[in-house]
Amino acid sequence: MTAFWIILAGSLVAVSCALLGTFLILRRMAMVGDAISHSVLPGIVIAYLISDDRSGWVLLTGAALTGVLASLLIEWFHRKARIQSDASIGITFTWLFAIGVILISKYAGDIDLDQECVLYGEIAYLPLSTIVTESGYSFGPTGIWILLLNLILVLLFVILGYRGLQITTFDPSFAAAMGISTAFWHYGLMSAVSLTTVFSFESVGAILVLAFLVVPAATAYLLTEKLRSMLILASLFGVMASTGGYYLALWFDGSIAAAMALLSGGIFALIFIFAPKQGIIFKYLRSEKLLSGKSLSAQEFPLNKHKF
Amino acid sequence: MFRDPNAMIVLAGVLLLAFSSGLVGTFTFLRKRALVGDAVAHSILPGVCLAFMIGDSRNMLYLMLGALIAGWLSLFSMDVILRKSKIKSDTATALVLSVFFAAGIFLLTIIQQSGKGAQSGLDQFLFGKAAAMLPQDVLVFAISSISIVLLIFIFYKPFKIVSFNADYGRSIGMKVGAYEFLLSTLTVLAVASGIQAVGVVLMAALLITPAAAARFWTDRLSYMLIISAVMAMISAFLGTWISYTSSGMPTGPWIIMVLSVIAVLSIFIAPKTGILAKFLQARRNSNKILLENALKSFYLAGEKVNNFKIQKTEIQWQSICNLNGAVLTKVLRKLNRMKLLLKLGEAWQLSDSGIEESKRIVRLHRLWELYLNQRLNLKPDHVHEGAEAMEHLITPELEALLSKELGNPELDPHNSQIPYSTKP
Repeated sequence: MTAFWIILAGSLVAVSCALLGTFLILRRMAMVGDAISHSVLPGIVIAYLISDDRSGWVLLTGAALTGVLASLLIEWFHRKARIQSDASIGITFTWLFAIGVILISKYAGDIDLDQECVLYGEIAYLPLSTIVTESGYSFGPTGIWILLLNLILVLLFVILGYRGLQITTFDPSFAAAMGISTAFWHYGLMSAVSLTTVFSFESVGAILVLAFLVVPAATAYLLTEKLRSMLILASLFGVMASTGGYYLALWFDGSIAAAMALLSGGIFALIFIFAPKQGIIFKYLRSEKLLSGKSLSAQEFPLNKHKF
Repeated sequence: MFRDPNAMIVLAGVLLLAFSSGLVGTFTFLRKRALVGDAVAHSILPGVCLAFMIGDSRNMLYLMLGALIAGWLSLFSMDVILRKSKIKSDTATALVLSVFFAAGIFLLTIIQQSGKGAQSGLDQFLFGKAAAMLPQDVLVFAISSISIVLLIFIFYKPFKIVSFNADYGRSIGMKVGAYEFLLSTLTVLAVASGIQAVGVVLMAALLITPAAAARFWTDRLSYMLIISAVMAMISAFLGTWISYTSSGMPTGPWIIMVLSVIAVLSIFIAPKTGILAKFLQARRNSNKILLENALKSFYLAGEKVNNFKIQKTEIQWQSICNLNGAVLTKVLRKLNRMKLLLKLGEAWQLSDSGIEESKRIVRLHRLWELYLNQRLNLKPDHVHEGAEAMEHLITPELEALLSKELGNPELDPHNSQIPYSTKP
């Protein structure tokens, strides 16, 4: 049963992240995702400090505001202070992350949160705290319900906002001409990413969540050019990595979340090499064919017959 | 702190690390590869762990070697993904960063499970533990800092070209690729040693933040290198001091904290490019435009009745200048202080120097209108708006050229007199 719960938790995180990550990489904002996942740390620490038990949902939702704050700060550094965008991202998230680590060290005795948890989460302990009714009926781990709730929110956001997200992603100027607010969808997406990183934090930590956001989506990007199939494929790769990652971790006795992230990298590498259209092997074969193919051979190439 | 030999060792090590990452970071920043530095910092973790597993010791040189190889491998992977697929650079960076980091964490947890984790001290690579620094570590950092400084000194010129204009370098036959590789290697070297102090996650800050802050203070590469290194070292010193004096405070995050505060201060107070300087400049400009426009209105009012010394009360000027009362009061007082406007009882009148100054503005306006009309063939009714802006910008040198170019004309396109100075 433990295996089931852990794989389910990993899959819930993976699908939420894959859906949002697809939009992040299409908007060329993968590193903003990185920045947000680091930046929510101080918010989470403060939420843990104020609430006495870990199910302080409301506070955790508030912690997601730190992620939005980070994206505002990045914008400010870039537009007002005129710092190039990559450096704006770098300054912002390292600063907020440093504040988070300082807070953890300062209140180490008061909160149930340590530096290791920040790095790779505690998905293995997730099945331990369960919701049990007075009559003794168990509803399963609390963490699962939180992750499920988050997935439902993300699904609602992506399905209801599909048109807006699609247009502002692929053609922002057309969207602006149509009167669709690019800022609204930008900050909407940032809020969704922040919320997802906060809720996934306990399972996979603040940094590995980036792998869940970016890698399955990038793998899907290699295989398709349609947004809808990219979203579905990315979710599928996320679930595959979570399932396989659990057994990989079991086999080597290492961190489960890290193994899941590592395996999604492995799937990416496989597709990158062997994919039919975008894979490097077939690309290589095609270019060989083009070079040696008869239609383009030196003898038949008309220009070579003439001496200039 | 200065009497504690252990603290002095830590301080020396941290200062060396800050120094070299401040230097190297300047180049990564200028090449717009700041986040690549972040990715490299995360990516060296599996190298360090593997080196530990194979070498079975916490030998600094061993770990540095592992870090170097992993760092190179991550750069190579990013490059291959970028060149061989349609994936964009931000995704490639995030992908390599997170997968390498995951591999590192995976190996790290395996080491910890095997029971060697406790004495390995490997987890200090994650958040940095400057306090655990040994004298021989400092020696390694000193060697790496010296080699970084030497290499920058020797290859200063090609590095400069690669950072600012790689295409130019290519066109003059420079081996740009080789120098880029060398710069990347320096980055990996700086990162590999820096993680001791601040850890993998925060290492990016030591590369990015000092360089970004230094950029506000200078336009010269040589100064920027020095300022960036000095800022990094000041933060390193203060960060170490804070963590030494208050118990349980981590060094790395405090270094980053001080560094970020220095950066934000620079953003505000730096001369010329700082937000404060820009704000003041903008206010000066808008004040200047306000005063010049008021003078112009006075001139035009005088021109109508052919007497530039007409006297009018504040209420009367108000309708002429089209300014609200409070602003006009300020403008009149300011012009009075500048001795361009005289106050006679309740009435205000242009002084001789005021007449000269207002003539100058109207002259520039009308010269520019004529120029647009004659040289750019704009219709007379289209030239006014452009001249409204240019009259505040044209310098005396430009005015002389303009006047000469147009042959010291008498009339503008609307047949108004172009006023010249009556002074010899």
